[in-house]
Amino acid sequence: MNAPIRELTYAQAIQEALATAMEADERVFIMGEDIGVYGGAFQVTGDLVHRFGEDRVMDTPISELGAAGIAVGAALAGSRPILEFQFSDFATLAMEQIVNQAAKMRFMLGGKVSVPLVMRLPSGSGTGAAAQHSQSLEAWLAHVPGLKVVQPSTPHDAKGLLLAAIDDPDPVMVFEHKLLYKMKGEVPEKAYRIPIGKAVVRREGRHVTIVATSIMVHRALEAAEVLAGEGIEAEVIDLRTLRPLDTATIIESVKKTTRLACVYEGVKTLGIGAEISALIAESEAFDYLDAPILRLGGVDSPIPYNPTLEKAAVPQTPGIIEQVRNLVKGRI
Amino acid sequence: MAEPVAMMKGDAASNQRPFYAQFTPEQLKEALRRMCLIRRFEEGAEEAYMRGLIHGTMHLSIGQEASAVGSTMALRKTDYITSTHRGHGHCIGKGADPKLMFAEFFGKEEGYCRGRGGSMHIADVESGNLGANGIVAGGIPIAVGAALAIKKQKRDDVALCFFGDGATNEGAFHEALNMASIWKLPVIFVCENNKYGMSVSTERSMAVANVADRASAYNMPGVIVDGNRIEEVAEAVLTAIARAREGQGPTLVECKTYRTRGHSRSDRNRYRTKEEIEEWKLRDPIGHFETELVANGIATADEVAAIFAASDAEIAAGLIFAQNGTDPSPNEVTRDVYTPGIPA
Repeated sequence: MNAPIRELTYAQAIQEALATAMEADERVFIMGEDIGVYGGAFQVTGDLVHRFGEDRVMDTPISELGAAGIAVGAALAGSRPILEFQFSDFATLAMEQIVNQAAKMRFMLGGKVSVPLVMRLPSGSGTGAAAQHSQSLEAWLAHVPGLKVVQPSTPHDAKGLLLAAIDDPDPVMVFEHKLLYKMKGEVPEKAYRIPIGKAVVRREGRHVTIVATSIMVHRALEAAEVLAGEGIEAEVIDLRTLRPLDTATIIESVKKTTRLACVYEGVKTLGIGAEISALIAESEAFDYLDAPILRLGGVDSPIPYNPTLEKAAVPQTPGIIEQVRNLVKGRI
Repeated sequence: MAEPVAMMKGDAASNQRPFYAQFTPEQLKEALRRMCLIRRFEEGAEEAYMRGLIHGTMHLSIGQEASAVGSTMALRKTDYITSTHRGHGHCIGKGADPKLMFAEFFGKEEGYCRGRGGSMHIADVESGNLGANGIVAGGIPIAVGAALAIKKQKRDDVALCFFGDGATNEGAFHEALNMASIWKLPVIFVCENNKYGMSVSTERSMAVANVADRASAYNMPGVIVDGNRIEEVAEAVLTAIARAREGQGPTLVECKTYRTRGHSRSDRNRYRTKEEIEEWKLRDPIGHFETELVANGIATADEVAAIFAASDAEIAAGLIFAQNGTDPSPNEVTRDVYTPGIPA
């Protein structure tokens, strides 16, 4: 008999990873705004403060830049800090420490140090929180050498990627999607790691490759299901890590399917889709292409408040179905 | 000394300062040696730059040697410092080897950062120097983070954080001092107030007269000392270190000092007068300390001369070592962006 499948929400999976890491390594601690008795703005840290105490689940003042710098300093001095930004948008207040200090410290110092810190960044639109609480800034940070950037799309990956990030000797930015926090899925109880830098094929197909990130993985899978009913077999790749990019998985898939669509929530212009498109254009997969590359990303606009406009600002399932269908239609 | 020096003779009270009892004669002579080494190092670096031997830019701290050495002379090896773009003195004060610093200036593999960092990023992690910093106020929260780690690890070390007057107008200063104070962290904030943030004077950029006045906003002691007198600096820092080690939290020490050179290589000194510069040169911290040591019978004139001669020799040898260093290979341009052995 198989053991019953244990399901956790994405938020619970993250909390379990945090607890697992703190139990295993006393150097690990969490800091952030309202993560203590409040339990975090999205209840990710929950009651961890009662289990681990205020020294390891530290409420900070509303001081994102200072907190980020403190995390860098603590990492340099032998601790393993995990900093929660209440919203990923607020990381803009801490860019100096993230970009100039955390990312470059190892390089600038000739490899004499590591900066083992993790930053958790709740991101994305769809909650009605408007333009300053809904951004998808992962491509910004993925542009910076020295940082690693991951985007878990499932509860399983949320735990495994976070544990891998905590183990990693270099700074890792974990972009979580706010709409996924309540999503349930299978999460093993043991401590497991999802390797950073490895994409995963979520659905196999032979007509088109859809490379998606975070919540767009689920919309791409919904679209693939509908398209399958029409005879279009889409292969869906969950990128999981933006930097370092798993180029081999993308190139191999496009060579097989001969078509590429990139679906992501961040602003389309100069975003991750541009990087993946260029990757294919520069690779041997270019010669295999049977159609132009399709990019579906956020529109060139801040995220609007009005729910209809908010939906219109980022890719939705019907649009993915229609555009991927057009990409393939009459060509298979 | 290279600089014209007017001695402050007849300072009868000076030999009664606690400073002369707080440190052994050997430590005091070593402090003079390090101050001298800093001066000679920067003069050597400046000359090498003028001769076109090194590229980029550098920020000289000539005139500020007392705050660098006075702040670091009571630190242990396991204590941390964070430093600034004007950080050569802090680095030597914490025990760095000038020849490896020169090698860094020359961009050589033998340098502290394998030639990847240059003057503005010199660090010597083994001696507890977490690094200079090219971003004004960048090192302040980092020092507080190191102090937080010290507290979490239940060590009785401290983190000493250097910054200039200009950094105190940055938000990072406010955020970091506030958190250091609410968490009572073992950190000493040493502001080297040299009167100018590049060209803008403190009178034009600060709403208060003294950086130390800002300490009250963070409920920590704010102490003002003559930054050109090593005795005053060291005594204030020693008190702050004791406070930090005892778990009583941070202190802000403001060293009033002056850089007699320009901000960097591009400075034409349009924002200050020749008279002001000359007036501060008369308050040379090395000349003052040398006189004090001899007047107090701690060192003989011959010993002082030997210290200067040894510094000259060490700097000359360091420059030769650096020039003969190994250039990094262009094939290794991305080396150390990430830790090896981990997919990246």
